[in-house]
Parts: sequence; structure tokens; C-alpha cells
Amino acid sequence: MNGFVRWLETSRGSGVILIVLLLGFWQFSALYIMDTPTWPPVTRIFVAWYENIADGTIIKHLLATLWRQMLGYGLAVVLGISLGLAIGYYRIVYNLLEPLIEVFRPIPGPAYLPVLVLFVGIGHEMKVVLILVASFFPILLNTYGGVRSIDPVQFDTARTLGLTTLQTLREVVLPAASPQILTGMRISLAISLILAILSEMIVSNDGLGYFTLLAERTFKVPEMYAGIFTLALFGYVLNRLFLMGEARLIRWHQESSGRK
Amino acid sequence: MAEYLAIDRLSKQFSAHGRAACKDISFAVRRREFVALIGPSGCGKSTLLHIAAGLSAPTSGMVRLKGEPVTEPRPEMMYVFQQYTKSIFPWKTVLDNVCLGIKYRSRTPRAKLEEAARAQLKVVGLAAYADYYPYQLSGGMQQRVAIARALARRPEILLMDEPFSALDAMMRVELQDLLLWLWQDVGLTIVFVTHDLDEALYVAQRVVMLSASPGSVAEIIDVPLPYPRNQVETRREPVYLELRAHLYNSMVQQVIAGRAEVS
Repeated sequence: MNGFVRWLETSRGSGVILIVLLLGFWQFSALYIMDTPTWPPVTRIFVAWYENIADGTIIKHLLATLWRQMLGYGLAVVLGISLGLAIGYYRIVYNLLEPLIEVFRPIPGPAYLPVLVLFVGIGHEMKVVLILVASFFPILLNTYGGVRSIDPVQFDTARTLGLTTLQTLREVVLPAASPQILTGMRISLAISLILAILSEMIVSNDGLGYFTLLAERTFKVPEMYAGIFTLALFGYVLNRLFLMGEARLIRWHQESSGRK
Repeated sequence: MAEYLAIDRLSKQFSAHGRAACKDISFAVRRREFVALIGPSGCGKSTLLHIAAGLSAPTSGMVRLKGEPVTEPRPEMMYVFQQYTKSIFPWKTVLDNVCLGIKYRSRTPRAKLEEAARAQLKVVGLAAYADYYPYQLSGGMQQRVAIARALARRPEILLMDEPFSALDAMMRVELQDLLLWLWQDVGLTIVFVTHDLDEALYVAQRVVMLSASPGSVAEIIDVPLPYPRNQVETRREPVYLELRAHLYNSMVQQVIAGRAEVS
């Protein structure tokens, strides 16, 4: 009994078992309790999932989603960090832009969609810009927040070491703010996926959002769930990859602050 | 003798509360001298050092180095901060921290720079720790990194702001002796801020005592104790004990006077 409690405390195996049990319950309920097309057994979903992967359909849509997501997100990272550094480093830029940012920040990402449709159309560019706009703010805010919370001693140190502004940005400001910048980037990574799927569901002819919604509209319910399963897995893998990269970049921070 | 480092009628007022941090401070530091700056807390001794380093501007008065006004950090002067956990950049290895001060200054190839940095680390006893990150070192070792980084830039003057006050007693005496040895070996000029009378008397040739806030020079005393000093012997010399008693009384008076002024 004691050993079991210890296992619960030290291992995450219980969480995995719970997922398996829930899938089992799903299977059982679909077969024997709710016999309706909207609630297909897990096995049929897995079959549909496998078929759509094997014939390349899901891969094609996954790549389409990944491409527009990464394009929008990548641009948001570059713009958010550079502008964030300028705002955090120069008081003048902060005073000039901070009120404006406060005005735009509360607008939910999807609200930009109708405006973008008017200006950019309904194609690929609109989706990339939508993802960019929505992912931009968390990165921007965390970057200048991180820069502004740098201890004055670190700026003084840079000055006594004779570093120029550019050298200070590279050697001191960017690394000092990197834990917070990465926090913003992680929030935005999730947002970028949400907006990619949303924009694909609204107007698109490829991408996982399109695939999933089309499956629902054509009553291919197992395919619809397969699309959602793909999205879950995709989001999970993205986040894991991000955490691995983050651990490499700011190991000094995680180890010195006792976070593992 | 030509003027070396001069603090000339320096005052600093923080506009936020209009109160002066230090007021009309003047004293001079000779080349290769070791001067300690002490005073009750809040007397502006750190502010003074910050201004002397060219890191902030005085409200009035000036700092001159070899006759030239100091308005920004100068390569001849290096500053050692009390907060070594921040001043030593935690994202850089010990070696990269030391290299940072010299890598942009010349076109020396990376290998040569590292060699110079390693040599400097050896001087402060950290040769084996070049590839460690600061969080893997003790406080005393981190402050040694700061000293090595400062020395790698071959300064003439070290300005030290309570550099050992965050360290435990054993590390502190060890670093005091290291500093004295470096001072004599390299031929540095050192201005050393501390709130610790014993530390001031042990390391310095002259002690500048500031009065309570707003700080001004209360008195300047010579410490006629021979070098090399010894943690046990020096601290029981009659001269040392007498100066200590004198400084202690003087400090108490400053603190009392400071309280009277506030109330």
C-alpha cells in the first residue's frame, strides 16, 4: 500500500493510465451506451486517422498549417523582440508607444479577422498576418517588461566595461531579458496555433482547421476526431520542442533559480 | 605632487525627495594609495563612489582624474560592485565574464584573450573554475571573478563599493588579504567603501570618515601600520586599537548627530 502511494507521488504513470482508461470508457460508451454517429468508437477514429495519414491527406494539411503558423509566428518573434528591446531600452520610445500598445492589447486576436479580410483578402497572406498580429503582443510585452526589469547594476557594469549600446544589447540586455522573452514566445506559440486553425476554419482550402471542419460538414465524424487528435498531438510536440530549446538557451537561469 | 584623483566640493541631491545624499565633499587620492571611505549608513558613500566612477552626475562639484573632469566611466578606473550576483553575468561562464571586459577593446584574437583571462583568473585563485557558471560558485568566488574581470582591463584605479560586505567572515578576510596583495603587486590605487571600521583600518593607508546624511567629510585619518598586514598581528597593534577606538567614537557621534538632525 505504502509502495503504491509512493508511486502515485513520484511517477506520472497514473496520469497516463487515466488517459488510457478514459479512452477505454469512450470505446465502451460508443459501442454499448450511445450508439450515435456523432460519438464513434475510438477504434474507428484510429482507423480513419491511420488511413488519412497513410494516404498523405493529414500530412498535407499539417504542413499547410505548420507553414502559415511558423511564418506568422516567426515574423511576430522577430518584430516583437526588436521593437520590445527598443521600447524597454529607450525611455523615449516607451513613452511614445506604451499608450498605443495599451489601446491595441485588449483586442482579441480573432477580432482583427474582418479588417484583414477587407484589406488583405481571404488568402494565405490574411492568415499569416492574423497569426502575426495575435502572436505579436505577448512577445512584445514580455520583451520590454523583461528589459525594464533588468537591474541597474547590470547596466552600470556594462558601462564600466566600456560596452557600446549595441554590445550592451547583445551581451547584457538580450540575455538578461531572455527568460521573460521566452515566456512570451511560449504563450504566443499556443496563440499562433489557435489563430492558424481558426483562420483555416473560416476561409481556407487546406490546413488542419479546414480538414477538421470539412470532415464535420461532410459527416465524416471519425475524420473530424482524427483531425482534433492530430491537433492535440501537434500542439503537444510543439510545446515539448519549445521547452527543450528553452532549457538549452537559459539553463543558467533555470538552474540558478532552482527551476527544473 | 601633481593631482591624481580629486573629489572637489561634490554634492548630490536626489530631486525625488529634495534631500541631499552628500554635501560639499572634497578629498584627494594619491597615486597608488589605498583609501577607505566609511560612514554611517545612508551617508552617501556609495553615491559618492558612483559619481567618482562617472556612472552618475553630481548636482554640483566635480571629480577629476589627472586634472580631467570625470563625466563618464573611464578605462583607467574599474568599479567593483557590492551585488556580485548581478554584476557577474549569470548567463556567461567565468571565463566569458572576464573576457567581456577586454574582447571589444582590441583586435586580439580570441585565443589570446582567453589566455589573458585565464592568467587573471589564476591570479585570483580561480584557474580551475574558468568554465563554471557563476551560480556554481560561492559568493567569495563570484566576487573574485569580478576582481579578475576588473583587473583584466589593466586599470590604474579600483573603485570598490562594499565589495565584501555580503560575504561570510572567513571569505571576507581571505579576500581582504588577496586585495592587499594585488594592490601591492599590481601597483593599483584603491578607493574602498565600507561600513566596517575594522575592514577600513585593516586595508587602508588613509580612512575618510563621512558624517551622517547628508554626508560630508567628518575627518581623515592616516593609518600608519606597515604592510604586509596580518589578520591577527595587525589587529592587535596598539596603533590599530587606538585608531579603532577613535573611529568608533567618531562614528557613534556621527550616528547620534544624524539622528538629531532627522528628528
